[in-house]
Amino acid sequence: MDIVETHSSGRDAALLPRPFQKWFAEKGWQPRAHQLELLARSTSGENMLLIAPTGAGKTLAGFLPSLTDLTRRGKIPPGSAFTGIHTLYISPLKALAVDIERNLMKPVFEMGLEISIENRTGDTPQAKRQRQKLNPPDILLTTPEQVALLLANKEAERFFKDLKYVVLDELHSLVTSKRGHLLSLGLARIRRHAPHMRTIGLSATVSDPMDLQRWLVPQNAPEGENPGPPAGLVHVTGGAAPDITIMRTEDRIPWSGHVSTYAIPEVYEEIKRHKTTLIFVNTRFQAELLFQTLWTINEDNLPIALHHGSLDAGQRRKVEAAMAANKLRAVVATSTLDLGMDWGDVDLVVHVGAPKGASRLAQRIGRSNHRMDEPSKAILVPANRFEVMECQAALDANYLGAQDTPPVGEGALDVLAQHVLGMACAEPFDPVALYDEITSASPYADLSWEMFERIVDFVATGGYALRSYERYAKIRKTNDGRWRVSNPAVAQQYRLNLGTIVEATELNVRLVKRTAQGLAKGTVGRGGMSLGKVEEYFLEQLVQGDTFLFAGKVLRFEGIRENECLVSNAFSLDPKIPAYAGGKFPLSTYLADQVRGMLADPDRWGALPDQVRDWLNIQRERSMLPARDELLIETFPRGKRFFMIAYCFEGRLAHQTLGMLLTRRLERAGARPLGFVATDYSLAIWGLNDIGAMIKSGRLNLSDLFDEDMLGDDLEAWLDESYMLKRTFRNCAVISGLIERRHPGKEKTGRQVTVSTDLIYDVLRSHEPDHVLLEATRRDAASGLLDLARLGDMLARIRGHITHRDLDRVSPLAVPIMLEIGKESVPGEAHDAVLQEAADELIAEALG
Amino acid sequence: MRYAGLEDVELMHRLALARTISGGMAATGAEEIVVNGVLAICDPLGGLYLPETGTLVVSDLHLEKGAAFARRGMMLPPYDTIATLNILSAVITRYDPKVVVSLGDNFHDRKGSEHLPADLRSLITAMARGRDWIWINGNHDPDGTVDLPGTCTDELFYGGLVFRHEPSLISGKGEIAGHLHPSATVRRREKSVRRPCFASDGARLLMPAFGVLAGGLDLRHRAMHGLFDREALVAHLLGRDRIYSVRYGNLIG
Repeated sequence: MDIVETHSSGRDAALLPRPFQKWFAEKGWQPRAHQLELLARSTSGENMLLIAPTGAGKTLAGFLPSLTDLTRRGKIPPGSAFTGIHTLYISPLKALAVDIERNLMKPVFEMGLEISIENRTGDTPQAKRQRQKLNPPDILLTTPEQVALLLANKEAERFFKDLKYVVLDELHSLVTSKRGHLLSLGLARIRRHAPHMRTIGLSATVSDPMDLQRWLVPQNAPEGENPGPPAGLVHVTGGAAPDITIMRTEDRIPWSGHVSTYAIPEVYEEIKRHKTTLIFVNTRFQAELLFQTLWTINEDNLPIALHHGSLDAGQRRKVEAAMAANKLRAVVATSTLDLGMDWGDVDLVVHVGAPKGASRLAQRIGRSNHRMDEPSKAILVPANRFEVMECQAALDANYLGAQDTPPVGEGALDVLAQHVLGMACAEPFDPVALYDEITSASPYADLSWEMFERIVDFVATGGYALRSYERYAKIRKTNDGRWRVSNPAVAQQYRLNLGTIVEATELNVRLVKRTAQGLAKGTVGRGGMSLGKVEEYFLEQLVQGDTFLFAGKVLRFEGIRENECLVSNAFSLDPKIPAYAGGKFPLSTYLADQVRGMLADPDRWGALPDQVRDWLNIQRERSMLPARDELLIETFPRGKRFFMIAYCFEGRLAHQTLGMLLTRRLERAGARPLGFVATDYSLAIWGLNDIGAMIKSGRLNLSDLFDEDMLGDDLEAWLDESYMLKRTFRNCAVISGLIERRHPGKEKTGRQVTVSTDLIYDVLRSHEPDHVLLEATRRDAASGLLDLARLGDMLARIRGHITHRDLDRVSPLAVPIMLEIGKESVPGEAHDAVLQEAADELIAEALG
Repeated sequence: MRYAGLEDVELMHRLALARTISGGMAATGAEEIVVNGVLAICDPLGGLYLPETGTLVVSDLHLEKGAAFARRGMMLPPYDTIATLNILSAVITRYDPKVVVSLGDNFHDRKGSEHLPADLRSLITAMARGRDWIWINGNHDPDGTVDLPGTCTDELFYGGLVFRHEPSLISGKGEIAGHLHPSATVRRREKSVRRPCFASDGARLLMPAFGVLAGGLDLRHRAMHGLFDREALVAHLLGRDRIYSVRYGNLIG
């Protein structure tokens, strides 16, 4: 692998002010070429994007233009006129902002620079935030939400007018989310306050750098003016090739499932052999189970900790601190630790379960040995046989440097509504000027004027065809044509609802004691330790006495009191394990293609373990292995059912949507389908009629069954009943400001009003199906939960390439998904059947 | 009273069912029960019909809930009132009652009935034509209705039953009440279904909320404690097109 890392000549280094040259010399370091290039180009006025692997000195590079400029400027004498912030640093994680403060303060202190650096997050005390507005620091480290808050303020112009640099960290991860959309709109506004500010984006490797280069500069130049060039690119490739292996075990590799418990003894041995091991998993449930199982064999009492987003913040901070101080031997973590935080001396990353995406794998592996010139070391632990192939594909991809980050995507409409209200809170806005500003942000570059007007109308009165809320309008058009907020309460409401992250409704989990007396009365004590939060929908499935894994403990569910979930110690090692729908991330398109390629090409099986190779060989004898662009359909009877398996390899979300649509079509064709189950790799549908015979006799045509037209009427009909859209709608309703966010802890005061968004959705759908918020919901679902784009691509790809094998029994390749049946249920169906059964019991009781 | 939590009321089905009935389809799926010796029919649309006196009872319509929220800056769809009235119209068509009793929280707030748009007002007037209409006052609308047909009162004794909004803590014998929005959850094979329900132990009956944005509160919630003889308590859940009756002990909470 070539390392494009030349050391700078003395002439380039002269760009650096004296204290910097001295500091580098004292450390015995040379400024790196990319650091100097970024400094030179940024200083001369270019917006810049720096793409570099972890450990390449990205942070320092991003701050050099700002630090050198501030050093030349010198400290502002007391008594001078008000000066706004000089540099804004924005990161997706609160913890990252705190971490950078530490890493930036050190060199600044060592060089003796008189530069004030402060952070501002949701945790910053009110008094400090107030003081920051009156007396801003030179460099402010903050998050996208705080930027939006600052911009919605009347003092925004004063605060931002002197801004020279905006440094955007982990830009690749920011831009693909709604937070990124919000931030792009904020940047557009900042540019109006500070037209000469420059952006510096810092990013890990991405598939399309031009997306980010455009994101960093204004789009849609006014008529008659030249559109500016995209941001300049400094691309540092290389770094030492990572040392990645796939875990080999004595044990059999499981056919299905998502938890790699079979390999835990080997994982434990690796922990013992290394200084600090980071163990990444895909879901909270995997984290819990793995952590618990590790401790059951932890004979040496190694300090092993757990870190995931549902744990109490206090507990998480403790783990982070212990990690930074090198006091831990291993941490089991979910995506909460994904981003580029600089921890202690991690020398091994173990990835349990398949990584689901090559870029994600590269990012996580970057966590070990945070120095570019040393190889990172990582071990992949596949949870089942398909994952073995997926891991192998990811491993090949990493060596190839392949990237599969998602595209930036179109800006979300609910975020736009939030932003429009924020801008009205800042100052009355002229709609044409605001439209021009908004379309200068790349995610909204294609926003139509008509849609913009609908959004403004939505913000004002809800945007309904029935115009009955005019007198309650939140923003009003004044005589000069500008929109202003109706009253100060609107701004207050905006501040409380700001943000794009909508948590699932969660309840605090509190550990209580179960006393003998309490048991007798059927009650439990109160006031125990808080363990973290769990989603309400999960608790709804539990009855008193059920046991589940949480915070590394097996807990017994005691009940819900007010807004807390009470649990006691179960003193059991055998929890009733909740049925989660597998990994959180669907398999990426790129990896899926790699797995299909591997399946079709026996020459590539050499790297696979014997068990997996044998499995594929038997499949080839009994049925067949599909070619890379072929869709294999198998049918076979089993028990009293007939099964149809489709090996699509398009990820769980797309398969779920496909399953919903195919069962509708099979129903119409008379196949009497009963249910389906979807994994990342395939889809299984079963029914009462012999689907295989129907296909062979021509009564069922596979090309028709898989025709792209299913994305038309069938999709519409299904969406009518889909619970998934209700979940998406809830998020849109909160983000767009239609309903108020629930603020934990405030429920009791009664000031929080709750109303079921499911009910609102039903009422709105039946009376105004074209409402703008329903459109926002459908757009979100199409790219998110339903993965329609991917399903559409697949249907186009397989047209004319469907192969059917009618078998007399289950094939080897079908075994993994057959084992999933029963673990997951088909959502949204057969509800009345449940009621019927419960009612039948009463009848039996009455007759008996 | 706050009604939080996940709803699974299958509102779309209720709206659809109301349309079928208005279209003249035969009435099915109702359940006959006896409250304090009086025959009562629980209808899957959420109304209770008492054939002996020709009385239709509905509760917690919460009309103009959307407007009440809009007054506070949350622009909920302005269609909840028309949706609720459409269902009400379907039940009235089905039973053609002599008397309609609306059991309180008829409007979501005190301003609701005064600000009711004229077209909706005339809908109610048309429905009330040729029958007696009783508005029981609720905690959301204690001042009664403005410019609507019918009589406003806090309590009504009629046909061997007493009708009031909030269930009495002293005696529940022969009481038909609302206020609590009872719903119940049934679980079979890891799947739970939650629906609004009529709740009765034979002595008293608690009505499901009729309003489309009203939501529900689980029958096992503390607020329901002490109201029923649990041994005799049965939840009559509103299903897609029929009532499902489930004994209290077979519910989950």
